[in-house]
Amino acid sequence: MFNRDFTQAFLRNKGAVGGLVIVAAIILLALFADLLFPGDPWDMAGAPFGHPFEDGLLFGSDMLGRDIASGIAHGARVSLLIGLTSTVVAVLVGVLLGALAGFHGGRIDDAIMRFTELFQTIPNFVLVVVIVAIFTPSLTSIVVAIALVSWAPLARLVRGEFLTLRSREFVQAAITCGQGNATIIFRQILPNCLSPIIVSASLMVATAILLESSLSFLGLGDPNAMSWGFMVGSARTVLRQAWWMSFFPGVAILLTVLGLNLVGEGLNDAFNPRLRRKRKA
Amino acid sequence: MPQMLRFLFSRLTKAIVVLGVVVVLNFTLIHAAPGDPATVMAGEAGAADQMFVDQLRKQFGLDQPLYVQLGTYVGHILQGDLGYSVRQQRPVVDLLLDRLPATVALTMSAFVLALAGGIAMGLLAAVNVGKWSDSVITVLALLSYATPIYWVGLMLVLVFSVNLGWLPAFGYESIGAGKAGLERFADILEHMALPVVTLGLFYMAVYTRLTRASALEVSSMDFVKTARAKGQSEWKIVTRHVLRNAILPVLTVAGVQAGQLVGGSILVETVFAWPGLGRLTFDAVLQRDYQVLLGVFFVTSVLVIVFNIITDLLYVLIDPRVEIA
Repeated sequence: MFNRDFTQAFLRNKGAVGGLVIVAAIILLALFADLLFPGDPWDMAGAPFGHPFEDGLLFGSDMLGRDIASGIAHGARVSLLIGLTSTVVAVLVGVLLGALAGFHGGRIDDAIMRFTELFQTIPNFVLVVVIVAIFTPSLTSIVVAIALVSWAPLARLVRGEFLTLRSREFVQAAITCGQGNATIIFRQILPNCLSPIIVSASLMVATAILLESSLSFLGLGDPNAMSWGFMVGSARTVLRQAWWMSFFPGVAILLTVLGLNLVGEGLNDAFNPRLRRKRKA
Repeated sequence: MPQMLRFLFSRLTKAIVVLGVVVVLNFTLIHAAPGDPATVMAGEAGAADQMFVDQLRKQFGLDQPLYVQLGTYVGHILQGDLGYSVRQQRPVVDLLLDRLPATVALTMSAFVLALAGGIAMGLLAAVNVGKWSDSVITVLALLSYATPIYWVGLMLVLVFSVNLGWLPAFGYESIGAGKAGLERFADILEHMALPVVTLGLFYMAVYTRLTRASALEVSSMDFVKTARAKGQSEWKIVTRHVLRNAILPVLTVAGVQAGQLVGGSILVETVFAWPGLGRLTFDAVLQRDYQVLLGVFFVTSVLVIVFNIITDLLYVLIDPRVEIA
């Protein structure tokens, strides 16, 4: 799947490469946050309401004199951590349910798809807010809530892939050979629909990061972790006096989500070179 | 007309199933919450000795088996009783109904703006594919798609209210201005401008991308070539042949995403102090007022179903091949 043609196609796409650079920079920022900005991001670093570049603080300070640049670096960890783990959980659930529905068909398919449709109808964000508020905000409750509302579209996608692949000859051959259902699902069919799963997973990370930032904007973030949404949310009331407090964390979210979206699209184009040529024409 | 009736009937059954699940989910969430509802209520009332908690348990039937409690809960909801907010000293239904009109006005306007704007921009990009206007639209859509909705709101306030002073930054109308009739209407419209644009922008980006992709796909089909071969004007080809076919997948997605639009209004209303359900949710989150939160979840689910039915009807209107079923 990741052969030379694929790499070349991906690297020829300027947007995708740009996205990859942004994402890599954010990951490095998260990894080396402690080296770049030693000390607790919650501690006072300068006078409150410091403009950018004042007191040697790149992006200024907030109402309590905390370093905004340091908050952004440390906040990258929370965003990436929650984005990645909730996506992993959602992918596991979505792939499993989608695979079962597509492979078995009939009543099982019907039941699973009704269930999936239900989760797509329910207002996602409201459900996330309700769950996190009731189970008190923590990394676990946030991850579970985000995963709960993200798996449905993927289950749909995987089911579709399984439905078409199931009638292909190599699957029929595997059945004739007497392979078990689990073997056929995981070793025969699943490897053949990995590329759409990878593409949607990369887009799901972006959505999860947006969801997490919205939660912490509403004050439902993990209270022990500095996060971008929290920084924007707490600076909201002083927007008139201090634009930089909500501006820079917002740009961090924008860049991260943009980068991930670009990478996702680049992957999609590289996996489907035929589609890409058609789109350009 | 019986077709129409059958359509509405099948839709209604579906809606009832969804709402039933929402109710059960609500019930489960209350009971899965850490601490039982009686202690939560006692905490909200500000007193918590054992006798009071026991009394509350009895009063609200919390000493009954779970399925009996579920039955009572469903019964209450069927009678339009969504619980009582101890914090605000009012029935939840009253709170919700007070706030519903503002949210409906905001989400509907944003939905219309997003759909109309998105389809127009997407079509414009598709017609000019590869030219600079296409690139500009694509980049703008990509950016709006990646921006957190509440941050867009804050930045718009910064530009249009704080710096330029063109539009009011928050509220539903000017308080104490004593405006009436048309003047009041204009005032409300002025207050609506920023929230509607904020909420609509994200979805406009989604629909722009969809329309562009779908219009490009349709343009390469045979019937478009035929139309061009028989000498039809470019304008007619785009509006009559391409647009009408390209719009269908966009509507499908728009229907599915209606729920997210309602969810997004929570954030937008928080930013603009818009007196709707979202603002109510934000306050309920701050006060940990679970009854109100669950009520909001129920009402927004109803809203989503209404949105879905509207998009389904639009679908039929645009594509005569789709039978109402």
